[in-house]
Amino acid sequence: MRGPSTFLKVMGLVGFIFLYAPIISLVVYSFNESKLVTVWGGFSTKWYVELFRDPQILEAAWVSLKIAFISATLAIIIGTVASFVLIRFKKFRSKALLSMMITAPLVMPEVIIGLSLLLLFVAMENLIGWPSGRGMLTIIIAHATFGSAYAAVVIQSRLVDMDLSIEEAALDLGAKPLRVFFDITLPIIAPALMSGWLLSFTLSLDDLVIASFVSGPGASTLPMVIFSKVRLGVSPDVNALATIIIGIVSLGIIVAALQMNRGKKNG
Amino acid sequence: MNRAPDIESKLPAGQFIGRILNRFGFRGRGLVIAIPTLWLLVFFLIPFLVVAKISLSEAAIARPPYLPIWEWSDGFLSFSFNFGNYMFLFEDPLYLSAYMESVKIAGVATIIALLLGYPMAYLIARSAPNTRNLLLMLVILPFWTSFLLRVYAWIGFLKSNGIINNFLMSMGVIDEPFVMLQTDFAVYVGIVYTYLPFMILPLYANLVKLDPSYLEAASDLGARPIVSFFTVTLPLSMSGIIAGCMLVFIPAVGEFVVPALLGGPDTLMIGSILWNEFFSNRDWPIASAVAIVMLFVLVVPIMLLRRAQAAEQEAAS
Repeated sequence: MRGPSTFLKVMGLVGFIFLYAPIISLVVYSFNESKLVTVWGGFSTKWYVELFRDPQILEAAWVSLKIAFISATLAIIIGTVASFVLIRFKKFRSKALLSMMITAPLVMPEVIIGLSLLLLFVAMENLIGWPSGRGMLTIIIAHATFGSAYAAVVIQSRLVDMDLSIEEAALDLGAKPLRVFFDITLPIIAPALMSGWLLSFTLSLDDLVIASFVSGPGASTLPMVIFSKVRLGVSPDVNALATIIIGIVSLGIIVAALQMNRGKKNG
Repeated sequence: MNRAPDIESKLPAGQFIGRILNRFGFRGRGLVIAIPTLWLLVFFLIPFLVVAKISLSEAAIARPPYLPIWEWSDGFLSFSFNFGNYMFLFEDPLYLSAYMESVKIAGVATIIALLLGYPMAYLIARSAPNTRNLLLMLVILPFWTSFLLRVYAWIGFLKSNGIINNFLMSMGVIDEPFVMLQTDFAVYVGIVYTYLPFMILPLYANLVKLDPSYLEAASDLGARPIVSFFTVTLPLSMSGIIAGCMLVFIPAVGEFVVPALLGGPDTLMIGSILWNEFFSNRDWPIASAVAIVMLFVLVVPIMLLRRAQAAEQEAAS
């Protein structure tokens, strides 16, 4: 087969510059001495110092990390069970409904998900007194719900690829279905669980719209604080924060890619 | 094999859950189905019914700020549906033009994303396997970094004294800065930028499966590359195109962050209207009606997406 043509290469280059130029500018200007974000005033790390002295940002980052950790864990449980049921179980009555509900959050505009969940929480509070008030708990439930949709995409594709004969062999040898699941299926799909968990974790850390709807006083997540800051204009400490996040993510992805490569070579 | 007996003891969790299920007389299967189904029913589907209900109620200064639509009085259940919120949406030109504007902006942004994303997806699919994985990773990486921060980065690019204007002025191309921030142009840039990976990934998944022998056959029969692209590649990738376009279009219609940060006061998008009705005006019934009408606008695109995804799955198996 012929390689890609020059036209494709040029278009690809333009596309990748478009994707990366803003990210690179964030990193570069986070080391800028000048307060004017777009004028270069010399190298400085003062915005990082300022960032770590800002109690509001640190507090919000801690809240966000806790929410992301718990909601990603919940999301992976719901996502795994939903994927297993959809891929492995023969027809059951609510199959079409479940399949619709697990994919729909992927494309639903965030404002609609946020509004509908908030109205549900308010209605439930009036009806049964739970959840009383809104805050971390309601954000966790909201994030677990849309995180499970993303987790299910990753896990379903792994379950489809997985060799059925191993599970069948265990069942033929008399293992109970639950034991087969915990002993055989779960270890085999573990990498997918890991990437699904990371995906839900990142999405939760990143979400502004849904959290703004379902949060209450006292539970401001990191994106909510960033949004209120950047709405007033550019601020260099946000650049510093962005650089830290980009650094962690790139490192994580590079490590994951190396791990996967090594796995392929050994396998 | 001699380790088989202690697998039982290694699995306390599985055993424990199993024992509880048996005690309550559950056939395991039903319960396993029930866990995700109930969760999603309560926290995804029922909320839409609540929105529908509140869109039919009347706003009030109360906690929560709306009146109930049913009431028990003298042993009778009386309903009072209020369609006024929907009437209001269709009478006030603000809402109608915001819906049209959102569909227009999302539509144009989708086409731009397709024109930019298709060649990128095609390039990745035609590259050698090693380059392919690297390029794919480069497409996915921005998706993992904060979406809010990436939109914020464009403020520094598009401002009057921003990077683009500074560059053009120092080159002497322009004397006065272009006004780009707080215009529809900035909103298009922001939407294309944030949703480009959603366009590239399904297109790539489709194009990488394309059998090169079709193209060879076309070229053997004398078709020029451009002709075989339009007669072979493009039609075969149609379900990938539809899937990618809908994955961009549907969330873009309800987009809030991009118009809030990059758009100006004239940028009317329905996501921002809903946000303002809810947070600034505290009119929950109107916000609910706005959401319900938005869902109706999105029904056809969502059905198109499901059909395209089903076609893709069929092709894969």
